[in-house]
Amino acid sequence: MDPVATPYFFYGLSAVAVLSAVGVIMRRNPVHSAIALIFTLLSLAGLYLMLYAPFVAGVQIILYVGGIVVLFLFVIMLINIERMQREYQFNKQWLVGLLAAAALGALFVAVYVKGQSIFPQHAVRFPEQLNTQQVGKMLYVDYLLPFEIASLLLLVAIVGAVVMAKKRI
Amino acid sequence: MADFSNYLNSNLTPGQAGAHLWVVIYILIIFAAVSLAVIAMNWLERKILAHMQVRLGPMRVGPHGLLQPIADALKLLIKEDIIPENADKLVFWMAPLVVVITAFTTYIVIPFGPTHAVTDMNIGILFMLGVASLGTLGIIMAGWASNSHYPLLGSLRSSAQMVSYEVAMGMAAVSAILMTSLRGTGVYGIGSPTADAIGTLSMIEIVRAQMNQHVWFVFKFFPLGLAAFGIFAIAMVAETNRAPFDLPEAESELTAGFHTEYSGFRWSLFFLAEYAAMIAVSSIAVTLWLGGWLRPFPHWLSGDAWDTAFSIFPAFTFFVLAGMALRTTVRMPKHPYFKIQKAGLGVFGLLLGGIGLVLLVPPVRDRVQDIYWFAIKVAAFMYLYIWYRGTFPRYRFDQLMRLGWKFMIPTGIGVLIATALVGVL
Repeated sequence: MDPVATPYFFYGLSAVAVLSAVGVIMRRNPVHSAIALIFTLLSLAGLYLMLYAPFVAGVQIILYVGGIVVLFLFVIMLINIERMQREYQFNKQWLVGLLAAAALGALFVAVYVKGQSIFPQHAVRFPEQLNTQQVGKMLYVDYLLPFEIASLLLLVAIVGAVVMAKKRI
Repeated sequence: MADFSNYLNSNLTPGQAGAHLWVVIYILIIFAAVSLAVIAMNWLERKILAHMQVRLGPMRVGPHGLLQPIADALKLLIKEDIIPENADKLVFWMAPLVVVITAFTTYIVIPFGPTHAVTDMNIGILFMLGVASLGTLGIIMAGWASNSHYPLLGSLRSSAQMVSYEVAMGMAAVSAILMTSLRGTGVYGIGSPTADAIGTLSMIEIVRAQMNQHVWFVFKFFPLGLAAFGIFAIAMVAETNRAPFDLPEAESELTAGFHTEYSGFRWSLFFLAEYAAMIAVSSIAVTLWLGGWLRPFPHWLSGDAWDTAFSIFPAFTFFVLAGMALRTTVRMPKHPYFKIQKAGLGVFGLLLGGIGLVLLVPPVRDRVQDIYWFAIKVAAFMYLYIWYRGTFPRYRFDQLMRLGWKFMIPTGIGVLIATALVGVL
């Protein structure tokens, strides 16, 4: 089945992603920021779907929105919001910020100008039906060792976080 | 229009066939059916709980209180809608919508039959678990936006509970997904008996894998499948905030928990979402372990005679219900006060009997029996939910956490490893 009205979905999802991302940094209330972040992450999941990566989209929803943002909200609810709202929202590092933004903008322009030659003309399109299976094969057959090392690294990080947070175990 | 009628002859879900009109029809039917099921659950829960506690339950509105849910719904609709003065208005307004939308979105991929699903995604189960976990966000938003102590405590409990039990739930689900990749006796899933063993996340393919391996996954690798199913069955009660895990709304400690400040229609949205979510997670359990739409013993008792015998069950169920209604009609007291009730119940019984007769027509019978077997399995879970509520006292919060982290998650991981080992051998 061919995709329907693809450009409109792309523009809609991108607009939601960008607007809510702006909302994340502009809102004074941290809970509002976290809720705006949910919309950013969900529209990113939609964009992954449009790139024929349903597994990544599903993982995006289940891990980022269902797990990480819930933890964010959990932590935010425990802190004192009245005090948070009196703090400065922006610091005075606008020069560094401007440089970083300019560098990123230059990168975008470069990609836009030279895009045709950098990227392959036709993306390799895997059959959508087997996307998850392809990801699984990549992780557990082709790149097994790097994958296991990454999981070990995460385990070390978890243990380290527990040790740092708790003096007496 | 040709598209419209052609779909009926295709053996696909409307989403796969690209029949957009049918997608809309399916969504409307599912929405209506789920809402109706929630109304029925409301009545059944009160009645069954009452009978468990040797009470009568609702008796006044309609015969045996049959119209009580409608009276309640009317009351909720015309009740004053209060938003607390210091509440965060936008978030307060969004929270019930988030809860309802996420609860109903999961129904997109539930396979009520081989073709009776809105669509079949190749990440079906992942999508369901993900969207079901989004419901927590609505509960957290509701508790925080109310700007009150009880709701905040309720939503803190809810988020901690969800994060803990989701892990156990995922582990149990993964061990069932692992089973789909094993070689069965027939052509299964995506591969063929000679091809590489490939698992699947699609809800329809998971049921097909059970069909082709000739076993429901709850009985596969006994007792591993049963253990995974048990973990999921416990975690899903915690996930939907039902007794004995109803700490987020524990009425004896937190008045009404996260929805204390909600009233009228907004509160009824929470109610609707809770029951819709209960049906949705029960459907996941039915699909993963209890063979989804498959009837009992599709291989052992195969053949046309058995097929016909089993396809009469939907009609038979309705005849039994009609018989119960008519028996009660006859036994009603002979007093003028009961005249309207008696007539109403009689018409209701005849209506049920009529539905039973329609279900006997062969084309209808063939299309409906998948849905019937799915629904009857989900209904068993719904009864269990009520039974738990009538039986178990509520957990204390530390007991809840200990059960989740120290028993369910280690057992889940153990079952997963054991399933993988047995599967490879």
